[in-house]
Amino acid sequence: MSLKLDSKIPDGPIQDKWNEHKFHLKIVNPANKRKYKILIVGTGLAGSSAAASLSEMGYQVEVFCIQDSPRRAHSIAAQGGINAAKNYTNEGDSVWRLFYDTIKGGDYRAREANVYRLASVANNIIDQCTAQGVPFAREYGGQLANRSFGGSQVQRTFYARGQTGQQLLLGAYSALMKQYGAHKVKIHARSEMVDLIVVDGKARGIIVRDVVTGEMSSHYGDAVVLGTGGYGNVFYLSTNAKGSNTSAIWRAYKKGAAFGNPCYTQIHPTCIPVSSGHQSKLTLMSESLRNDGRVWVPKKEHDNRSPEKISDEERDYYLERIYPSFGNLVPRDVASRNAKNQCDQKKGVGTTGLSVYLDFRDAIKRDGESAVRARYGNLFDMYERITDENPYKVPMRIYPAVHYTMGGLWVDYNLMSSIPGLYVIGEANFSDHGANRLGASALMQGLADGYFVLPNTIGDYLASNKFEKIDDKHPEFQKGLKDSQGRYKNFMEINGKHTVDDFHRALGKVMWDKVGMARNKEGLETAIKEIQKIKQDFWKDVKVTGSADGINSELEKAGRVADFIELGELMAKDALLREESCGGHFREEHQTPEGEAKRDDQKFSHVAAYEYQGDGQDPIRHTEQLKFENVKIAQRSYK
Amino acid sequence: MTAHNMKLKLKIWRQKNKNAQGNMTDYHLEGVSPDMSFLEMIDLLNENLVKSGEDVVSFDHDCREGICGMCSMMINGEAHGPEKSTTTCQLHMRKFKDGDTIVIEPWRAKAFPVLKDLTVDRSAFDQIMSAGGYVTVNTGAACDANSILVSKVDADLAMDAAQCIGCGACVASCKNASAMLFVSAKVSQYSLLPQGKVEAPKRVQNMVAKMDQLGFGNCTNEAECEASCPKDITIENIARMNRDHLKAKLFSRPEIE
Repeated sequence: MSLKLDSKIPDGPIQDKWNEHKFHLKIVNPANKRKYKILIVGTGLAGSSAAASLSEMGYQVEVFCIQDSPRRAHSIAAQGGINAAKNYTNEGDSVWRLFYDTIKGGDYRAREANVYRLASVANNIIDQCTAQGVPFAREYGGQLANRSFGGSQVQRTFYARGQTGQQLLLGAYSALMKQYGAHKVKIHARSEMVDLIVVDGKARGIIVRDVVTGEMSSHYGDAVVLGTGGYGNVFYLSTNAKGSNTSAIWRAYKKGAAFGNPCYTQIHPTCIPVSSGHQSKLTLMSESLRNDGRVWVPKKEHDNRSPEKISDEERDYYLERIYPSFGNLVPRDVASRNAKNQCDQKKGVGTTGLSVYLDFRDAIKRDGESAVRARYGNLFDMYERITDENPYKVPMRIYPAVHYTMGGLWVDYNLMSSIPGLYVIGEANFSDHGANRLGASALMQGLADGYFVLPNTIGDYLASNKFEKIDDKHPEFQKGLKDSQGRYKNFMEINGKHTVDDFHRALGKVMWDKVGMARNKEGLETAIKEIQKIKQDFWKDVKVTGSADGINSELEKAGRVADFIELGELMAKDALLREESCGGHFREEHQTPEGEAKRDDQKFSHVAAYEYQGDGQDPIRHTEQLKFENVKIAQRSYK
Repeated sequence: MTAHNMKLKLKIWRQKNKNAQGNMTDYHLEGVSPDMSFLEMIDLLNENLVKSGEDVVSFDHDCREGICGMCSMMINGEAHGPEKSTTTCQLHMRKFKDGDTIVIEPWRAKAFPVLKDLTVDRSAFDQIMSAGGYVTVNTGAACDANSILVSKVDADLAMDAAQCIGCGACVASCKNASAMLFVSAKVSQYSLLPQGKVEAPKRVQNMVAKMDQLGFGNCTNEAECEASCPKDITIENIARMNRDHLKAKLFSRPEIE
């Protein structure tokens, strides 16, 4: 049986859709809410905010996270800020403009209705977080301060120094702790979801591995929510945390949830370049740096003079030259691709030739070192700690790195996946950002989903369905438990020659070289074959030491890398089938004469959603047509 | 100039599980590059251990950019090692010399039991947070953000305190295993902001009581916590918390149930 994608986008004018929809949704009355149990996996911005909000409403909530505390989820590392159309700066900002910028930023590959809703609840997020005591930056009069971000010409980004993600997450975590203290939420830390359980076509629970004891257990409820983040670590090196993984959504995909736009990857332009083969992760420098830093390379090829010896006439401030109206603040995909182009033309700097300068000389001259320190001090310190270079004296060197995945499980307007009762929120879903996410929009989406969208939509599902009483004795749970135990036992028994990281690095290299910033048919076809080979070798030759009955980081990694390998293949297939360039997906065969991404709106103005068909089988590619009734589709221009 | 192939002698605390007896084990490691982070050095050791069929050294880590607060190692007796204002994951091997012996232990505190090797259980911090580390406001109940004015000075001070990453270095480096710096950072953040003032007397009393109950020690003003804090949280916060606590004990009205 093949699934049907119904986006459930409400009718009516775009401004009224969400309010109208909320009015028509069924509501579970307050006394009945306590009868329903909701399982939430992941405690980042989306998961924590959803858990706190649903618990406040009266539902039974159980939360699962792989870290030792919900506060450590990787949302914590977001630096720059969160967008909202408050128009506190009197620059003519509005919900409409935020909506428009986000649709355009996503290169017209997101749903209008979702993005409009996102823009319209953004203001509530700022209010909510402020009320929680999030210490946003303030002006001298006591009002909230704003700054600019890429892809926008107004200052609408709210921030807490360079640690906005941390402060917003701690706000949501605090709200969760409030409910935990009141015994309204159960928290399972150091617990990894290893499978989804579907009973009679509805998501009813999960199999969880306690990473301290190695024990597997069944957890059941009336709905399951995945807020497990993105899958950038499929590239091995990325700005994601080491533990960030795809397993929760991949297990759900294999149980029937459609996977939307897997190939849409965001490569962030301002990261610290790779220095050695032992590098375990890449570190992002907030995009806000592009407010004051100027990006340049030497005009001459292979110019290895030190930067202060290169005069202004010999420098190419290429972003300012090519995109005079947005300059250094072009969207991320454009900035990344241009950095790659400069390095491809042998103008890259540093020992590897794989970096460009981000120079604060002029900002320091203009505003003074102390003003620059006040704005970016913590980022400059971090840069110096990692590179041993002082960015107040020599320009930073930056290079693009994998940062965010716009793809994820397909969800309808209610954030429900193609499995009834399985909701997917935050980066784990595919919605809202299209083919490229603008800066300061991830925090906005995570919190919009968790605080304001899911709490409204999930009640409709619960109120409209009858739930058979089940427990962990149900055959589906018994089977799930046995399968998962078998899978982990298998990892221990292969006893091959190569470490899990050997396979992960091999996968990452294929992904970065052939499914990275620029893709082409031949490369993608090769990548698919190479990934299939890696998969075969992995299951024959991986070596996991230690025991399965206790903390074993190698065993945890084995489970995640096995899933990354399969996902990598799907990403390459999706990239191969999307024969156009859009946002972060750049196919070399499809570019304008100036080298910009060239969309094919005739053939590809749709979401591709894949349905799993079994191991070794090609998945079915479903499409959801995107309709643009409110914005005029155009070639994106930041010139 | 540091050699590009550093050789190190590592002395690492190995402990199979919570109930097992632990011991220091010696390892020799070669091929360490000065550009590696401290955790990448441990990664290298662990890959070698896998290849020789041994169980890897367990340690907590996640973001590897100094913000999640997972990493937690006593390095040569110092929480997060020798570099000031730096978490273990941001410490680089260029701070060490070829031929060095490095002693690596887990956080040591009664309230943070060792789970395995260098991994400890810090869930006590969640318990303290759940006793009052929040502003009671439900989703949807907020007023317009700019209707709450906060002086820039207070907002900056609150942010200084709010930067705490909850790693537990303060507890690990305190001879009393006190959690005063951690608790006072949260208490200060909220007591400096108008949003948190309403519940301030109750918050400080409940959080301090919880901290005591969980087996953390008291503060004897040694300031080891401040010296080891990777986020430069100052002991001024402890003074503020003590003041708030005293004030609350003396003047706040008992709650009427």
